[in-house]
Amino acid sequence: MSVNLTLLTVMGALYACGIYLILERSLTRVLLGLMLLANATNLLILATGGYAGLAPFFSKDTDPGAYNDPLPQALILTSIVISFAVTAFMLGIIYRTWVLARQDEIQDDVEDRRVAATPSFDAEDDAVIPVETSEFPLTMLGSDGAAVSDSSAAEAAPAPAAVPAGGGTISAEDAAREEKPGSANLDINTEGGGK
Amino acid sequence: MSIASLAPLAVVLPILGAALTFVLIRRSRAQRAVSIALLSLTLLLECLLLASVWDGGTEAVNIGGWLPPWGIVLVVDQFSSLMLVVSSAVSLAVLVYATGQGMADGDEDAPVSIFHPTYLILVAGVSNAFLSGDLFNLYVGFEILLTASYVLMTLGGTGPRVRAGVTYVVVSVVSSVLFLIAIAMIYGATGTINMADLAIKLAELDPGTKTLLHVMILVAFGIKAAVFPLSFWLPDSYPTAPAPVTAVFAGLLTKVGVYAMVRTETLLFPGDTLNSPLMVAALLTMVVGILGALAQSDIKRLLSFTLVSHIGYMVFGLAMSSVAGLAAAVFYVAHHITIQTSLFLVTGLIERRGGSSSVDRLAGLAKLSPLLALLFFIPAMNLAGIPPFSGFLGKLGLMQAGIQLGTPLAYSLVIGGVVTSLLTLLAVARVWNRAFWRKADDAEHPDPVLLADTKDSATGHRAGKRNVVLLPRTMVGSTLGLVVLGVALTVFAGPLFRVAGQSAEAMLDRSAYIKAVLGEHAPVPGLAVGGSTLSGSTLKGSTLSGSDPGGDGR
Repeated sequence: MSVNLTLLTVMGALYACGIYLILERSLTRVLLGLMLLANATNLLILATGGYAGLAPFFSKDTDPGAYNDPLPQALILTSIVISFAVTAFMLGIIYRTWVLARQDEIQDDVEDRRVAATPSFDAEDDAVIPVETSEFPLTMLGSDGAAVSDSSAAEAAPAPAAVPAGGGTISAEDAAREEKPGSANLDINTEGGGK
Repeated sequence: MSIASLAPLAVVLPILGAALTFVLIRRSRAQRAVSIALLSLTLLLECLLLASVWDGGTEAVNIGGWLPPWGIVLVVDQFSSLMLVVSSAVSLAVLVYATGQGMADGDEDAPVSIFHPTYLILVAGVSNAFLSGDLFNLYVGFEILLTASYVLMTLGGTGPRVRAGVTYVVVSVVSSVLFLIAIAMIYGATGTINMADLAIKLAELDPGTKTLLHVMILVAFGIKAAVFPLSFWLPDSYPTAPAPVTAVFAGLLTKVGVYAMVRTETLLFPGDTLNSPLMVAALLTMVVGILGALAQSDIKRLLSFTLVSHIGYMVFGLAMSSVAGLAAAVFYVAHHITIQTSLFLVTGLIERRGGSSSVDRLAGLAKLSPLLALLFFIPAMNLAGIPPFSGFLGKLGLMQAGIQLGTPLAYSLVIGGVVTSLLTLLAVARVWNRAFWRKADDAEHPDPVLLADTKDSATGHRAGKRNVVLLPRTMVGSTLGLVVLGVALTVFAGPLFRVAGQSAEAMLDRSAYIKAVLGEHAPVPGLAVGGSTLSGSTLKGSTLSGSDPGGDGR
């Protein structure tokens, strides 16, 4: 009987690959690395059982030293079950990362850095009047949460004093008032409906 | 048939509860009732266990009738049963808090319904780890609690939680693999994994081999307990979890690591071969941790850093391997589980009431809710170690033990401990000043809920949410219960320090443990090698001084 060199070499290779893989950024590779580490450890436990021997079923005529040590195998079974559960959970996490971020990589804690760099006032959560942000990219928002793009564009263009409307012209002020969605036309007289 | 033979129930009852609550997953009310009832029952049972060994003594239970060293054995002694009672009391309070939060927010449906079964499995794993007298069963206990904690950490599966969860899972799995490798190596070297049997057989090993095994075990537990160079993962992953989950993680999980360190250091690897490196690690843990805490503005992150920092105190007590030091460490573990958990629970309440857990945005809470201020103030002062609280008593015990030891390294640790204590006071005082004492108008960007009319403080309108109960009675009540438990640790510090001293003596003596597991005729190895051999007289002398601070408390 001798030490099983093949098993030991495989164990070493598994450890090496496992450690290399958990240093990767891709989550799937990290998972593969963890699986390799767990399996290498199982082989290590097997190796601690000593030389290969007979299956440990008791028979009177057998020398006790000829049996294999059953305890490491029981330990390996337990550890396989545990690593199975952890692997299943990690797969779930990886899928969730994919669903959330569409990438299979360990995320930088961008949020953390941003929070560290900016004041604790959060424009999206804390503005007294909720700002509509869903349709537009965040660049249209100023740091204080107010929508800047519309007003700055309006200021940049030379404001006309009067705009053509129907047959004649009306003042720019009134035109702006009318263009606003939902605004009532306040000047009742021009409509003539009040009287 | 003694009471101690009921010890397996401390693991079985929570697992049974997990199965029941899993069946009742669609009936949240029945689920709540079952989990609270079973956890209360577990706590009651563990109180009985503690009472049965209160005056000393060690009892071993062979699972399934397999005799040690072959079968799995659970060991009930003063240290393990004290840890069981404190941990279950804390878990019960957190469970009540969590159900209160669930009821108040009305999130009765999935995935929060998975909380109860997972939480009970976590408790079962913690109990198993505390009771285990077998190295591999200890590993299984760790795996049970860690797997449950993975699920709790990523509850809800939001982006930040998944990101923090990945770090947490990978780090925990690596530390578990290290632990498993250490177990395999120990089995290869000695042919046994029963801890009492190992205590005898490891002593016969070559010192070099023994030191190697010792270092592997220490590194594996160092990651789990968050000792300084291995603590990087903790402040990153804990604060993102839901408040009750963070509270129970902070209170229990790292302390299970500390418990395992204490057990293996005293039982398997007695002597002072690695005491100096451990002391240096303890000093760095304390100082680096608290400096990190000072830089934080978020209360949850700040508390995570103080958690790391105060692990250093326990490692300090352990590294002295004297009765006085170990007794103080045992007392400190019990104190810290309670205090750290109640602080995290209060932070959850602060976040509800003030709309944020960042001290920049909180203000005027003392006026808004005096009860909340009181609930924060007591454990915060306790954490910082202000007399007469238990934090002060535990630290005093550690300082006395350090001065008794009298080496330059021990003195530097005593100084480091005092500085850390003062810096902790600074950190929590800053939270107090900003979140509680200043006027609401002085806050940089206060949440509208802080400025709102406070006549009806029971409900409020929070940005983006409908009317919620800001401070539900169950949540406040369970937090109050924990704070009272923390104060009780102060009031009953005398008896507690006596028990801690006795358990420390028993741990360093080892003969009671080995005889309880292996039978009366087991050969008990000599206490230790070289200079650390303790004679009977030094044991007695140091016990007396060890119980002094308890006397002050009464």
